[in-house]
Amino acid sequence: MKFYEISKEPIHIQSVIDKVVQREAGAITTFIGTVRELTHGKKTLFLIYEAYEAMAVKKLEQIGQEIEERWGGSRVAITHRVGRLDITDIAVVIAVSTPHRADAYEANRYAIERIKEIVPIWKKEHWEDGEEWIGNQLETVAYPSGKPEAGDVDE
Amino acid sequence: MNKVLFFAHLRDVVGEEFLMVEAAGKTVAELKAELAGKYDLPRLETVMTAINEEFASNDEVIKDGDEIAFIPPVSGG
Repeated sequence: MKFYEISKEPIHIQSVIDKVVQREAGAITTFIGTVRELTHGKKTLFLIYEAYEAMAVKKLEQIGQEIEERWGGSRVAITHRVGRLDITDIAVVIAVSTPHRADAYEANRYAIERIKEIVPIWKKEHWEDGEEWIGNQLETVAYPSGKPEAGDVDE
Repeated sequence: MNKVLFFAHLRDVVGEEFLMVEAAGKTVAELKAELAGKYDLPRLETVMTAINEEFASNDEVIKDGDEIAFIPPVSGG
């Protein structure tokens, strides 16, 4: 079973959840990231997601390993979509199961924040009057050494 | 030879998904500087680098056959 995937096709939510079902679990949390129409009042028509697929899968696996080390007994599955997505389409689904519910919420939150830091996936917003690649929203993050620092990724 | 991959706005600027270049013996920083000058690449200080699908620092030395990727700030999720 592939727990970490990049998909050109629409994501089937239940199949991601099914991957983390385990007898030891008391909770499964599911995060569903969707395409929003308005960002700071600006209307998006559609998005294009692009990935460095081989590395993106490795980095998703890394996130899963980090979670399984930090939250004992957890199991993680993540699928991220690429290609053209319309408003309300599903961009990412993260499922985490853990023995107790607090860990399932925390670990799932950790996964989406980490995706936004280290997984090589980019989105291009298309508006009525133009288009632009989006990078950490305001382009405020610099990487002086050329890669993410421990401090950048340990939130 | 080395395959150098570009993504997002860098791909738009270069006009190619990848270039084949001779980068063996150079550091990541040297390769960045060379390509930045040649293609007028913007905001390279915000761009991370991967060697063989793993993040690499600017002082890492590139070997023949390594696959290099320039990773602009990511925006998945």
